Amino acid sequence: MNTAGPMTPRPVVVRNIHIESDDVVTLDLATESEAWSFQPGQFNMLYAFGVGEVPVSMSGDPSQTDRLVHTIRSVGAVTEALCRTPLGGVVGLRGPFGTPWPMDTVRGRDLVVVAGGLGLAPLRPVLYDVLRYRSDYGRISLLAGARTPEDLLFKREVERWKQQAAIDVHLSVDRAPAGWNGQVGVVTSLLSSIDISAQTVAFVCGPEVMMRFTVRELQRRRVPAERIYLSMERNMKCAVGFCGHCQLGPSFVCKDGPIFRYEQLKSLFWLPEI
Amino acid sequence: MNEREALERHPFAAGLSDPQISALLPCARRVRYRAGAVIFREGAAATSLYLIITGGVALEQHVPGKGDLALESLGPGDLLGLSWIFPGGHWLLTARATTDTDALELNARDVLQRMDLDPALGFALSKHLVAQLCQRLERVRLQRLDVYRAPK
Ligand SMILES: Cc1cc2nc3c(=O)[nH]c(=O)nc-3n(C[C@H](O)[C@H](O)[C@H](O)COP(=O)(O)OP(=O)(O)OC[C@H]3O[C@@H](n4cnc5c(N)ncnc54)[C@H](O)[C@@H]3O)c2cc1C
Ligand code: FES
Repeated sequence: MNTAGPMTPRPVVVRNIHIESDDVVTLDLATESEAWSFQPGQFNMLYAFGVGEVPVSMSGDPSQTDRLVHTIRSVGAVTEALCRTPLGGVVGLRGPFGTPWPMDTVRGRDLVVVAGGLGLAPLRPVLYDVLRYRSDYGRISLLAGARTPEDLLFKREVERWKQQAAIDVHLSVDRAPAGWNGQVGVVTSLLSSIDISAQTVAFVCGPEVMMRFTVRELQRRRVPAERIYLSMERNMKCAVGFCGHCQLGPSFVCKDGPIFRYEQLKSLFWLPEI
Repeated sequence: MNEREALERHPFAAGLSDPQISALLPCARRVRYRAGAVIFREGAAATSLYLIITGGVALEQHVPGKGDLALESLGPGDLLGLSWIFPGGHWLLTARATTDTDALELNARDVLQRMDLDPALGFALSKHLVAQLCQRLERVRLQRLDVYRAPK
């Protein structure tokens, strides 16, 4: 349990490192005794001591309470420092923060999970949850896109899900050498290969441009705005709704999001520089 | 599913009348490709179009210094091949079946002839062609944006 205030980072130890690709690693963070809990879609603020603090989503299994798992792409000073933290190294952590994916809304319905690039990380806890309570859900489809086959996240696990057939898995990459037998093309093109029912709910996470194309395609397939959920990203400082750094129109991404119903965002989503 | 049913169910022929389907049917023949088989090669004369029924096809191009690259995948309901639209055209890409693939191969010259003879058929097929082209253009635009590239 967290007894420190929401602004005080707690030290946590890197217990395991998994190299996902050239610039992406997954870190398992833990303390000696603490039990963690979070809901799929939430994030923590991770602090690389002496460098800075950034929001990073949970990418692990919500039912595993002995560790917190984060998948991080090295894009700048802080994420690079986090990715370089060695086994046994210590980072600071505050959280969990933010709104979760609405798992209750999906129970009994079909779910389409659309992930672009690193967007699969915040969606992986959804898939763990779905697999754990599989009979509570209808048809589950995962559509995941990446730049190249090497950039596809969680390859072994995704392959296992594909074999198990509990989830209907479709993968696509933007470019590939000949001989790659998977799909080549944008992730939105995968939507044409799945059935969409009148009850389908969609969870979408990825770069904003990819989400815009996906929303358009989902709407073409008649998924209404109130059944499309998106994970939004904005730079953050406090993560608790004090500083306004993460403002998105009338909302703060840190406390009103990061998961939003498309209906809430509709008027802002297509405006540049919002 | 016989050839007529396969043609009727394919989006390329959606909305065509029975006589229009009957007019197109003699241009079509059912073809099957094993996974890995080349359907057509870059540079060869483009004399057919293919309506994919089941399976998957990769469009590949040889890029000097980089080898063969897969540029796009097509699947059931897609139209394979666009170079036939203008007679005398050659394939700009190589098409390879990625899984066992079932398709209707239509003779391009015969299709174009029928489109000329029956303007209503010509217009209907042209609309489907434009719809396919728009969809493919949208995908290519998003691909070109390279949205997953690291922001560094
Ligand atoms: C709610 C939330 C959840 C997130 N989850 C994850 C996660 O699970 N894994 C992960 O690796 N990252 C995640 N991020 C993004 C991460 O917080 C940023 O990459 C990080 O803040 C960059 O900090 P930096 O100091 O390393 O780089 P900076 O020096 O701050 O930025 C380097 C470059 O990256 C660009 N950049 C910064 N932030 C983003 C962003 N959010 N999206 C796209 N480009 C950006 C900048 O424009 C700049 O060009 C999340 C962000 C939010 C808001
Ligand atoms: S980060 Fe301070 S209000 Fe959201």
